[in-house]
Amino acid sequence: MLLIPCPYCGPRPELEFTYAGEANISRPAEPESLSDEQWAAYLYQRTNPRGMHAERWRHVHGCGRYFNASRDTLSDQFQFSWKPGESPP
Amino acid sequence: MAEQPVRQSALGAARATQGPHAAACLRALPAASRFSFRGSPPEAETAGVAFGVPFSLQSCRAHQTEDRAALWLGPDEWLLLAPEDAARAVQAALIRALGERPYALIGIAHRNTALEISGPRATMVLNAGCPLDLHTSRFPVGMCTRTILGKAEIILWRTASEVFHIDVWRTFAPYVWDFLIEARARL
Ligand SMILES: [Zn+2]
Repeated sequence: MLLIPCPYCGPRPELEFTYAGEANISRPAEPESLSDEQWAAYLYQRTNPRGMHAERWRHVHGCGRYFNASRDTLSDQFQFSWKPGESPP
Repeated sequence: MAEQPVRQSALGAARATQGPHAAACLRALPAASRFSFRGSPPEAETAGVAFGVPFSLQSCRAHQTEDRAALWLGPDEWLLLAPEDAARAVQAALIRALGERPYALIGIAHRNTALEISGPRATMVLNAGCPLDLHTSRFPVGMCTRTILGKAEIILWRTASEVFHIDVWRTFAPYVWDFLIEARARL
């Protein structure tokens, strides 16, 4: 089974986690100043890379916390994870 | 005359009366006071003093005295266990100690129930539905965590090398109990 490194609990089985999409996407500070295209881009457009991907996970059946992780979308290998608000190692 | 409410085990009499078993014994644990404490480490430290059991700041660790326990569930979340008749005292002590500081204390005695599995093959039985590595080098005595067992979320706490406390939402308790009995039969 895939082991996912929770920055709070350590490596844990993937069954305990839920995926929460691409990381580092900030909500626009002034949505009313955006065009429909810009708003749609914020809501729906993602980088979807082939390779390393910064993404959010939640250890829902564990400590319950959201965190960030870097995963290779090709091999499913997790590189590292880090707590929200911190910089990647 | 109004009838006095009677607390009944979520596991019921049929499940709570299992005989001894060479591989792993199951037993329903008595009703208890349970609280979910949410707060930052400074508040947790104060609450631990008031509760009488220090809250672990190390992840996935429980501290206990004779009749109370504080289980780390998350970086700002602990599960407090105490005797059933201590609920008001625990609540009063924490409210007094923490005053206006930011925290949340929620009584969850009616949401959870607990059972215990013990014996030389308890880890084998648990691993029928729990994906964690339960070897004592990876899951030592005193370790606790939320995890899953089959289709149910449980809180698993190793209280001795061959003894595990399982805290579970009461509606899932019969499922967890039957799952473990079934797994034990298939060892
Ligand atoms: Zn975790």
